[in-house]
Formats: sequence, structure tokens, C-alpha cells
Amino acid sequence: MNTLIFLIPIALFLGGLGLAAFLWSLKSGQYDDVEGAAWRVLDDGEDKPGR
Amino acid sequence: MSCCAPGTEGAAEVARLAHALPSSEELLLASRSVGEGLRQSELSVPGVHCGACITAVEGALKALPAVVRARVNLSTRRVSVVWMEDMDGLRTDPQAFAAAIRATGYDTHLFSLTTEGDDALRNQLIRAVAVAGFAATNIMLLSVSVWSGAEAATRDLFHWISAFIAGPTLIYAGRFFYQSAWNALRHGRTNMDVPIALAITLSYTVSLWETLHSAEHVWFDATVSLLFFLLIGRALDHIMRDRARSAITGLARLSPRGAMVVRPDGTRDYRPVEEIAVGEHLSISAGERIPVDCRVLSGASDVDRSIVNGESDPLAAGPGTQLEAGAMNLTGSLLVEAVATARNSFLSEVIGLMEAAEGGRARYRRIADRAAQIYSPVVHFLALVSFLGWGFYDGDWKHAMLVAIAVLIITCPCALGLAVPVVQVVAAGRLFAGGVMVKDGSAMERLAEIDTAVFDKTGTLTLGKPRLVDREAVNRSHLALAAALAAHSRHPLSMALAAANAGPMPVIETVGEIAGGGLEAATSQGMLRLGSRAFACGKAVVGEEAHGLSEVVLWRDGVVLETFRFEDALRTGAAEAITALKRERIEMAILSGDRAPAVSRVAGMLGIGHWRAALSPREKTEEVAERTAAGRRVLMVGDGINDAPALAAAHVSIAPATAADVGRQAADFVFLHESLEAIPFAFETARRADRLIRQNFALAVGYNVIAVPVAILGHATPLIAAIAMSTSSIIVVLNSLRLRGELPAFATRATDEARLTTPVVQAA
Repeated sequence: MNTLIFLIPIALFLGGLGLAAFLWSLKSGQYDDVEGAAWRVLDDGEDKPGR
Repeated sequence: MSCCAPGTEGAAEVARLAHALPSSEELLLASRSVGEGLRQSELSVPGVHCGACITAVEGALKALPAVVRARVNLSTRRVSVVWMEDMDGLRTDPQAFAAAIRATGYDTHLFSLTTEGDDALRNQLIRAVAVAGFAATNIMLLSVSVWSGAEAATRDLFHWISAFIAGPTLIYAGRFFYQSAWNALRHGRTNMDVPIALAITLSYTVSLWETLHSAEHVWFDATVSLLFFLLIGRALDHIMRDRARSAITGLARLSPRGAMVVRPDGTRDYRPVEEIAVGEHLSISAGERIPVDCRVLSGASDVDRSIVNGESDPLAAGPGTQLEAGAMNLTGSLLVEAVATARNSFLSEVIGLMEAAEGGRARYRRIADRAAQIYSPVVHFLALVSFLGWGFYDGDWKHAMLVAIAVLIITCPCALGLAVPVVQVVAAGRLFAGGVMVKDGSAMERLAEIDTAVFDKTGTLTLGKPRLVDREAVNRSHLALAAALAAHSRHPLSMALAAANAGPMPVIETVGEIAGGGLEAATSQGMLRLGSRAFACGKAVVGEEAHGLSEVVLWRDGVVLETFRFEDALRTGAAEAITALKRERIEMAILSGDRAPAVSRVAGMLGIGHWRAALSPREKTEEVAERTAAGRRVLMVGDGINDAPALAAAHVSIAPATAADVGRQAADFVFLHESLEAIPFAFETARRADRLIRQNFALAVGYNVIAVPVAILGHATPLIAAIAMSTSSIIVVLNSLRLRGELPAFATRATDEARLTTPVVQAA
């Protein structure tokens, strides 16, 4: 019971972190062009995501 | 990364790309302003598939001075270009972008399916899915420890935590269902969302009540995972949702903005097209579209009416010729008299026909909606019966309530909600890989039902571009001489001649163009003429039209040197596509606006028995409507403005990406690659999708047949409900994924055409 007191908040916090990271990546347009991003890694030019 | 090697394409490749670029006016109107004098255009580039393609296309665009930004999206195969409206006081011609992309060896089309408004809702749905997923996994983890036998105090703690996670999730992620259910109830209807909203609310409330009383079983996990699965289905469904058609606004775009009015006193005045009255005289120069229906007063020219009536050969216009609004004036300038106002012109008539036709298809109801209509009352009825039955049977109304909730949760259409959208998204992905764009989900259901296919000729079965017949049989030097003359004209036959000549050609500097006749030049070798037989030889020749081929004669000092014959070449894969559809026992017909000999030739080549020629847009629509009235489900394949009403009237419609903007907007499917084999491919995919949807329904209903009696008898604990629900959803998804699989040869070939350094493999 004692361990649960801190284990559960940690678990929820880590899960929440993952959720926040996903929502952020969605908002910053990281899923707009998944295939293209794989190729742009190899491109030496500018690589900022843009519209 | 040398797989693309852009710019090394052979002559065949260039010929393949020879069809027209999107026009400047269409491009300009499809672009949108992004402020500060900048505009953004979206172009579809179906050929891009790797990093080198990205670099080539973006590099070519960025080299243009007017381009501020260019970015290729490899997933959607599109490039978005941001460009300056004015460059040093000159207006930018957006066609230059399309030409620049074409010059790198990639085909490009205008694609203006605007999805900006949709994206906001789509992102909201995806966020809701993420939140529901987070809640579902955490609550499920807590539930697993409860199920494996936690002691009472821990169990209560876990229940409370679950309640705190589930509450906000229900409000945030469940709002889509509440809103939709509320809308339905307010209008006195019921839909699939009513039992969903009821189930999640009731189960949450009862679980909270149970938690307050330290009970053993709660339903938080079932509530939230139900929400999670349903939201996945809803998000996918939204992606496949019917997009608003803007075919009619697209039509209005094609008519010119204004025209040069010539007053009786000879002064000229550029006026908007709406203000042109019947009887006014207009001057139309070469390269302009005809603004209103009119009659030619003086001047001579060739007028391209292919976009208006599908006729492949330009019409020789002289005094007295009637012209429709929207046709393109090719070679000479004309003075015309307006015979109708813009509102009563040809284009407006087409708009009227389309408005009438589009109402018909709105009556189609999607499979999911039809299923919901039966399903939702049954669910309500079952839940009510079990509630009353248990209540009167043992007098324990709380238990009766729990059983009713269990019935609602178990019957909740998780699998049913996923059955259609998952299949359609997978099918749309497969179609996209094969170069076919789907505009809405119901189109795929409708395509699976067809038993009749009706084709337009010009631009659909054929390329709509003339091609020289028997090039080998023609004398080389004559061809070079003709090409040298032809290079001075924009008449389609001249352009075909110039393109057919591969070698060097002599230089002829001064060439006169006699509109409606041909070209004439005085050279050191003598007087040269290139044009129709009547023009070149100076006398009318009978029987010219009978063979369905167009011909051009090269004449020097009274002697006919050579006769060039042209045919409107068949689209690649046309024969294969027709054969494949025949095998499926689809009845086929050609409806064309072109002359009878040309249509009968194409029909004969493809083995299509039924054909009709010289049809007006109204007659085409009536032909389609007649077949529909006879109980047939008609697929219309067409590209011109004259096809647009028929495309809208048909049960389902397909247009090539090279179609007029209106045709593309009116059609349910657009195929991007040149091959017509896209049509049997789309049909086969739709058929398979339809079969999978039915299988999924059978699975979902079969699951209910087993699970519902268990729930009604009161044996469904939260554990059973959670497991049953999840497995049925997962099975449905896995079944849908079977639709993926090998693409047909033509689609692979289209992708491989760009990478010439690698041999074309697997043409299975």
C-alpha cells in the first residue's frame, strides 16, 4: 500500500508525459508528411519543418 | 539516391507527359492569398516517391524568382508553392510553376480539394482519441490489478483513481457523441450515438455510486475503452466523410471575367462578362475563351470546343458560325455578336443541369447509416426489456439497472462503428497507392454496386490529343519540312506534327496562318502550304470525314508532297480496362459529343457495342438518367465540361486528373496516372472493400448474438464486457487489413517509370 502512494502518481505522470508529447507533436505538424521526413534526413539542405 | 535521375527520360517519357498543363487562369483561381502579396498554390505531383524527387521538384521551383517557398509532401504527393503576386510590377504567371515541375520530368495536376475546414475537426478528434487512449490504458491497468484480487482498501483506492481519470475523459472525449445524440433527440430522431451516450453516462454514474459504497464491481474500464474504440471509428469515419462539392463554383470560374466590347462608333471597352447584352459586338483575340454564346460576324479562326462538347478536331469558324461560351479561340481574332447574356449562356445551362442532377445522389444512404437505423432501436428495446424483466422478476431495481447497462455496453456498436471506416480508410490507402483519389467514403460503396459503365470519348478513352498515324511510312524530309511550318502554329494538328518530328528541321522564317485553312510560306524552294486538303489544293474534296481520321496535306507549287493522317490516340490501358470490366459483366457504352465516324472508330477498336455521338450535355445526362430509371447503377467516366452534369447524375463517377476543373470536382474518384486500368482497379478494390464491410458486420452481429444473451441473463461482469468488446473490435480491424496487398502492375509501372536506372521488375 505504501509503495502505491508514490508508484501510482509516477505511473500516471509518465503516461501523461507521453500524452503531452503526442499532443505537442500533433500540433507542431510532425505527422503532416511522415514519408517525406524519412528522406529529408538525408538531405543536406535546410531541414526545418514548414508549411 | 540516384533512383530518379530526373531529366534523363527518353522520348517515350516526354510523349507521355505531353498533355496540357493546367491553365494559368485555373491555377490563379485555385490559389489562395496568404497575405503580404503572397499566394499559395497546391499542385499534385503523383510521380514523387523519394528524396531525390523532393530535391528535384523543390529545387526547380525555388530557382524561379517569384517562388518564396516550395515544399513537397511525399505522403500526399503534393507540392505547396508560396509565391509573390507581383514581381517588379509584373504579374506572376503561375503556369510557370507547373511548367517547371514538368521540365524536371514529373507530371503535375492542379488539385484544389480544400480541406482546411476539415482539418480542425480532424485534429480535435485525434486529440480526443489520444486522451481516451491514455485514460483507457491507465484504467485498464488498475482494473487488471483489481481483477487479480486486490484487497478491499487498495481496490477502493484504484476505483477512486479510475473515477477521477474517467470523469474528465468522458466530458472531453465524449463530447462528440453527446452533441450528436442531443442533436438527434432534439429533432425527435434517434441514431447510433444515443445508445452510446446513454451507455457511457449510465455506466459512469452507476460505477461512481458503487465506488461510493465500496462495491466489488465497477465499469470505468468498460466505459472508457468503449469511448476509445468508438472514437477511433469516428476519427477514421471523419477522414472518409463526404466532402462538400464545389463543382458548380468551379464551373463559373472557367467563364472569362470580361470581354472587349466594340461600340458602334468603333471605340473599345473592356467590360465584365455579366454586363454584356445581347446584340453587342465583341472582339475576341487568339488564345481567349469565348465569353458568352455568340455568332461570328467577321474574321476566321479555329475554335477548340473539346472542353465544351468533346469534339476532338477544332472547328473552323467563319462568319455565321455559332460559338458556345467556354470554347477556346485558337488561331485568329474574331468579331462576334452576343446572342445570349452570360446568364443564359452554355455554361449557365450546364450549371442548371448539374444543380438538378446533384440532388439525385444525395438520396443514397450509407451502409453504416442503414445498419444504424435497424440496430439502434433494437439495442434500446433489449436494454429496456432486460431492465423491466429483471426489475419485476426479483424486485431488485439496482441489479436490473446494472444488467441493462451491461446490455448497452455489450451491444454498443464498437465493432459496428469500426466495421465501415477501417475498411474504407484501408481501401482509400490502397487506391491512393494505385494513383486513385477518393473524394468520399460513400462513393466506394456506390462503386461496388455498379452494373453499367458509360464512357466519354475525348480525353477519357482517348488522350484528346491528335497523334500522327504511320510515322514510319512518311518521308523523313517531308515530315521535317511540315514540322518547320507547323512550329509556327498553335493548332492542335500543327503541334502534333511538330512533336512527331524527331530530327533537325529547316528554318522557315515568315509563315502566314490562314485561319480555318492552314499555313502558307514562300521559301527559296517554292511556295509551301500545309493544311486541309481543301485549303492546300484550292478545291473541296468529298469523303474526307468518312474515315474518322483528321488529315493534313503538305503542298508545294501545285503538287501534294505528303498526306499526314492523325488519330486521337487511345489512352494507355484503355483496351485492358475495357476487357477487365467486360469480364465482370459490366455493360458498357460510349456517350460522346464528337462526330459519329470518330466515335464509331474508337468503339470498334475497344469492342464497345453501344455508342452515341454528337450528344449535348443535356442528352448525355438524359442517357444516364434513362439507364438509372431502368434500374441500372451507372458509373460515368468523363472529363469535359459537357460531361459534368452526367458525372453528377450518375450513381458514381470517375474523372482523369487531366479533366476540366469542373469534371474533377463533380466526380467521386480522380485517377492521377495516365492508364485507364485505374478504373477496373478502383472497381475491384471497391468490391473487395464491400465484401469486407459485410464480413465485418457479420462478425459484429455474430458476436452480439453470443454476448447479448449472456448480458441479459446477468452474467456479464465488467471483466467479460471489457474482453468481449476489445476482441471483437480487434478482429474487425485485423479483418479489414486483409484488403492491403499487392498493387496491380499498372500502378507499379507508373511509379517505376520515373526511375529508369532500375529495371522494371514484377509485372505480374
